[in-house]
Amino acid sequence: MNIHEYQAKAVLSKYGVAVPKGKVADTPAEAEIIAEEFGTAVVVKAQIHAGGRGKGGGVKFAKTPAEAREYAKQIIGMTLVTHQTGPQGKKVKRVLVEQAGRIKRELYLGMVIDRGLSRVVMMASTEGGMEIETVAAKTPEKILKEWVDPAVGLMPFQARKLAFGLGIPGELTGKAVKFMTGLYKAFVDTDCSLAEINPLVLTEDGDIVALDAKMNFDGNGLFRHKDIEVLRDFDEEDPTETEASRFGLSYISLDGDIGCMVNGAGLAMATMDMIKHCGGSPANFLDVGGGASAEQVTNAFRLILSDAKVKAILVNIFGGIMRCDIIAEGVVAAAKTLGLSVPLVVRLEGTNVEKGKEILAAAKLNIISAADMGDAAKKAVLAAAGRAN
Amino acid sequence: MSIFINKDTKVLVQGITGSVGAFHTKQMLEYGTKIVGGVTPGKAGSRIEGVPVFNSVYDAVKATGANASVVYVPPGFAADAICEAFDAGLDIVICITEGIPILDMVKAKRFMGGKKTRLVGPNCPGVITPGECKIGIMPGYIHKPGTIGIVSKSGTLTYEAVHQVTTIGMGQSTCIGIGGDPINGTNFIDVLSAFQADPKTEAVIMIGEIGGTAEEEAAAYVKAKMTKPVVGFVAGQTAPKGKRMGHAGAIISGGKGTAAEKIEAFRAAGISVSETPSDMGNTLARRLGLKVK
Repeated sequence: MNIHEYQAKAVLSKYGVAVPKGKVADTPAEAEIIAEEFGTAVVVKAQIHAGGRGKGGGVKFAKTPAEAREYAKQIIGMTLVTHQTGPQGKKVKRVLVEQAGRIKRELYLGMVIDRGLSRVVMMASTEGGMEIETVAAKTPEKILKEWVDPAVGLMPFQARKLAFGLGIPGELTGKAVKFMTGLYKAFVDTDCSLAEINPLVLTEDGDIVALDAKMNFDGNGLFRHKDIEVLRDFDEEDPTETEASRFGLSYISLDGDIGCMVNGAGLAMATMDMIKHCGGSPANFLDVGGGASAEQVTNAFRLILSDAKVKAILVNIFGGIMRCDIIAEGVVAAAKTLGLSVPLVVRLEGTNVEKGKEILAAAKLNIISAADMGDAAKKAVLAAAGRAN
Repeated sequence: MSIFINKDTKVLVQGITGSVGAFHTKQMLEYGTKIVGGVTPGKAGSRIEGVPVFNSVYDAVKATGANASVVYVPPGFAADAICEAFDAGLDIVICITEGIPILDMVKAKRFMGGKKTRLVGPNCPGVITPGECKIGIMPGYIHKPGTIGIVSKSGTLTYEAVHQVTTIGMGQSTCIGIGGDPINGTNFIDVLSAFQADPKTEAVIMIGEIGGTAEEEAAAYVKAKMTKPVVGFVAGQTAPKGKRMGHAGAIISGGKGTAAEKIEAFRAAGISVSETPSDMGNTLARRLGLKVK
């Protein structure tokens, strides 16, 4: 789960991570009031779940409260397009108004989980403001890393190593250590999967501050962080994906025209690959899980049919614990209640497959049955193209 | 022969009193697995499917001589259950649970370091040595004793491979689901080296998916150490970047972990790559010089 910059900064500041003084404004008038209250130049920043906001015109420097109001007026309501939003962009609902500081140096600080070593790793780089992936590809030697032993946490010596490696002046080491250990504490306390401070800045006044902040959370850890869960912004998510998660279905929207319903994540990905191999294009990834009920199958169908792009549906089930007859009943119920507007190709295999096929045949629906995955994909591609099988 | 589990493996079910644990205990018993006990704290003295329940893994091991366990404990408590099984000195712990917080696994891995126990999973279908022992949630009847080793990150895709192996007239020595989580116990290389050493295993099917670099590392191992034929498939060739495809670990991040990179690594290592998921059996048959149907 992602959260906004202003929310991430609020979480981090609770852990002693220094952030600029700032407040959120939903309207231009509020932005002006905040700027007046601060009595300094401010930065007006669009709040969306994507990076690259500055280049897209979503971050403006305002010298006066009137300017802050004007920029907020431009930004709130705009559709901001950045390299991370996709061409359709994202609509800005609010801005963060922050006191502008005098920046001396821009650095990078981030934390992720190193899958290979099963450890949290803190990464630092002198290339502040650049994407870490770019730095890693071009100048990997500029990325400093410290792996954290979970039994003791990030040790002060590790933070000092990073600080000296970044060339942070000796008199600021204490502040750097406080910042980094605070970031680590926030990361593990809230079940983060990624935390990024880019840029981390040294100011002319001798402070170390998070000028930007990004936090992603491990969805599997959210159950124990109600305070983080409430920060979820549904407007930032694909509505169909959100709807799917409510039913315990794993769904991802894609660009193609063949709707897929599969059990198991690996088989679902493989089914998409098979469709592509046969010259078609999948409209979605949908894993109904290992123990889906007839009701869940109906919900899955409803989601697929809600996508206007879908010209054919492919159901690929390898029944293990999930029985084919249950799936067949769900398919029949869904087809009857929702009405089948597009061709449906079904491939069933595994537990109770014969019973499942009987149920489908008895329902006298317009279902194209397939012998195996390859056959199913071929038939779905033909059906989506409007050609008979 | 087989790897990791066989007809003599004595299994405990952690979380046996939950609905999932109880259901699969019945399934495993029907398959012939030696389930000798169950563990649910506070439920000692009761029985599930005739299997005695204990308060702790230690009590269960003492009373039954168990050397393996399978974990069906809910995600918030599963890492603790894994650590308990390690502390009790079992040979192998197979964790089925999906949805364990990743930082719980970071801590568990630290605890596991230096101990002799093997973890398979989490978020996996389990391990089966056909005709001898089934530990997990896979449908037992699709498997057939034989000489093909299968290792995979995905459950249903493993069933697909098993089915295709059976269709070409062969069977399986052992099938291992290593799970789709970013942090797991046993990895591809652990399984490949065990298959290489197992006299009964003739060839291996390895099924990977997008995310991480486990497939690339496995490919390097195959190139350096494996003499047995290996057939590979990688799921997610059409997966978009930055989206988690069902499994917590299946994500292309920062342009890394794509299927194309993994397939390239497989090919460079001499692994016969199945172009499509429906061609795994035939690719194996061709590699073994059998007639392709």
